[in-house]
Amino acid sequence: MSIKTKALLFGVGLLFLAGPVLHAQPERPFRQMDDPTKLDTVRSIAGYFTPAAKSKKSPDADGFIQRWLLLEPISKPNFTNTVFTDSYLRKAFDTLYFPDQFTILPKNGEKVRVGDNELTWHALDSKNFNVKLFRFAYGLHKQVYGVIFWAVTIVNSPEEVKNVRMAVGSNSASMWWLNGEEAVLLSGDRRMVMDDCVSPRLTLNKGKNIIRGVVINGPGMSDFCVRFLDENGEPVRNLTITGK
Amino acid sequence: MMKTKIIELSAIALISVCFAATATAQSGKPFIHDPSTIMECDGKYYTFGTGGGGLISEDGWIWNSGAVRPGGGAAPDAMKIGDRYLIVYGATGGGLGGGHNGRILTMWNKTLDPQSPDFQYSEPILVAQSDGIEDNDAIDPGLLLDPNDGRLWCSYGTYFGFIRLIELDPQTGKRVEGNKAIDIAIDCEATDLEYRDGWYYLLGTHGTCCDGANSTYNIVVGRSRSVTGPYLDNMGRDMLRGGGKMVLSAGGRLIGPGHFGRLILEEGVEKMSCHYEADLDQSGRSVLGIRPLLWKDGWPVAGDIFREGTYEIESVRRGYALELTVDFIRMPGRMRGFRPDPDEPIISIPSQELADVIHTWPAGEIDVRIGDYMSRPHQQWTITAVPDAGGYLGGPYYRIVIAGTNRALAATADAEVITVPEFTGAPEQLWRIDQLTDGTYRIMPKVVPGSDENLVLVSVGDSTPSLGRFDMNSDNSKWNFRSH
Repeated sequence: MSIKTKALLFGVGLLFLAGPVLHAQPERPFRQMDDPTKLDTVRSIAGYFTPAAKSKKSPDADGFIQRWLLLEPISKPNFTNTVFTDSYLRKAFDTLYFPDQFTILPKNGEKVRVGDNELTWHALDSKNFNVKLFRFAYGLHKQVYGVIFWAVTIVNSPEEVKNVRMAVGSNSASMWWLNGEEAVLLSGDRRMVMDDCVSPRLTLNKGKNIIRGVVINGPGMSDFCVRFLDENGEPVRNLTITGK
Repeated sequence: MMKTKIIELSAIALISVCFAATATAQSGKPFIHDPSTIMECDGKYYTFGTGGGGLISEDGWIWNSGAVRPGGGAAPDAMKIGDRYLIVYGATGGGLGGGHNGRILTMWNKTLDPQSPDFQYSEPILVAQSDGIEDNDAIDPGLLLDPNDGRLWCSYGTYFGFIRLIELDPQTGKRVEGNKAIDIAIDCEATDLEYRDGWYYLLGTHGTCCDGANSTYNIVVGRSRSVTGPYLDNMGRDMLRGGGKMVLSAGGRLIGPGHFGRLILEEGVEKMSCHYEADLDQSGRSVLGIRPLLWKDGWPVAGDIFREGTYEIESVRRGYALELTVDFIRMPGRMRGFRPDPDEPIISIPSQELADVIHTWPAGEIDVRIGDYMSRPHQQWTITAVPDAGGYLGGPYYRIVIAGTNRALAATADAEVITVPEFTGAPEQLWRIDQLTDGTYRIMPKVVPGSDENLVLVSVGDSTPSLGRFDMNSDNSKWNFRSH
């Protein structure tokens, strides 16, 4: 039994009250599942993120990329994660939420308008191997369930590297692109497991490579982890991550 | 007369085919969610579930409500320590109760039988809690009493952050003073700790619960040389990074297994308990499941729910097959020569059928032996559950008859095995079938007439069956059911 249960029950109720909610832009924000407790007086992302430093950053010892530009969550209510079929995701991720969403290289603090909401990009370094999107949203007093998160980062490779694979885990479903080309889709009701889905063989260009991802979740904690594996299955660490 | 017999044979064959797909969960009204590890108390079996209460079974197969657990909340676990039972449960509901302010409590009882005068729960003791914000939800506890040093451990948590490990005092059920919780996993809930052969195992339930037939629950495992971890899966992935090797996922019409529990009946005979989120044959309700627990290359794997059908019963000792002691009847034809004409038309030769040989068999009791399998009627056994005959942990009693007949395998008063011409339902004709931890099977009569001993079908020679004591370390005690 878990949060998923509660969210599911709430979601079912919402479904009855509000009718179908599976559209791109909800008419009202999804209710926060966690009623604030007495301890919930000061929210912060400081336990999980630091502002992205100006210095270059390498992947961690296992190759995980920890520096990302994260957009505050877009509301997209779903009462269950089992709706995240391949076709649903392709439609949901093809939907235009904000201008240039597939090409933008945002700056920290840059804002985009999604429906009636103004959302901000945050350049952050995760303190963990994974990027805890739930804590990102929660710490910023944003919606935590029934959400879409956009993530962008730039990795710099000192040389062209062929036959690498992008290895991703996410909670829940997600889709990832490398240099504008689709790399991997994680469909279905997923939990974040390292190396859960792995892309076909890709080439990392010499110089800049843009990674773009979008994570969708109904109930439950959202997060993701991304790394590159070389042709021997070993993590690629000879990269620098600038975010710009 | 022959035509009638053929019709009867065909009907039985059809029934056999239909039965071959049958694989059920427990019998009775086994409706429960998040069952605790099954406990035996004074000859009965007990398991507790979410919301209070639980199930009782007289035999391990037929379950009905009746167990009593106060405190409500979610997903308890149970363990017998000394002559008392320790119950641990989450007082909240993993979000059901309004957030993630979880609390884990323990309490004792001398008996689990609510009719007993000794039935009295002690006052619950708080052993762990979560504040609703931190990366943990203190529900879904599981207990381990380390057989090496007697220390008592409790894992707990859900997807809301980490699975945590704490140490309890096995004398009091209280948290060991000064003990600090350790994070040992993510991406699962309903964890359970086990120990076997120098390894500690952390079993967790992955996927989503509580969505009926759409629940994606499945049970995964990691292992460690230390109870405090790290728990790694078969790929070396830490469960703190989502690792986990599959133990049991959905199968047939049983969807969404979760909440693992282990029962060791004796060396080589283990069961695992769980619930299925939806039994499609029982209105899609959540039901108790009990399956064999196998160990393969040091990893726990759910065994098979025995499927009714027609099989060769193969002795593991040599690989010979259980058969009637009757004359071998040759099939027509002989070897076609060492250099047959390659252009000769190919034809299909019919198998030997029961009708071809049954007239050569004696009418009364026929002995059994073990012989090299030749796909002949005297070697083919149809195994079906016997309605209303009860069962044991994980299965009903079966009848074992020669395919197409009612000639039934039976235990005798002198601890041998024979076949009787008609199955009557007598207890010596009822058979318990347990899949063993290595994947082979133990076959045991419900009763050996005139004996209190629990004997099993054994191979005392390559070609000679009998009844004897079960020995997991001997292939004489092991059998396979082979479907050809």
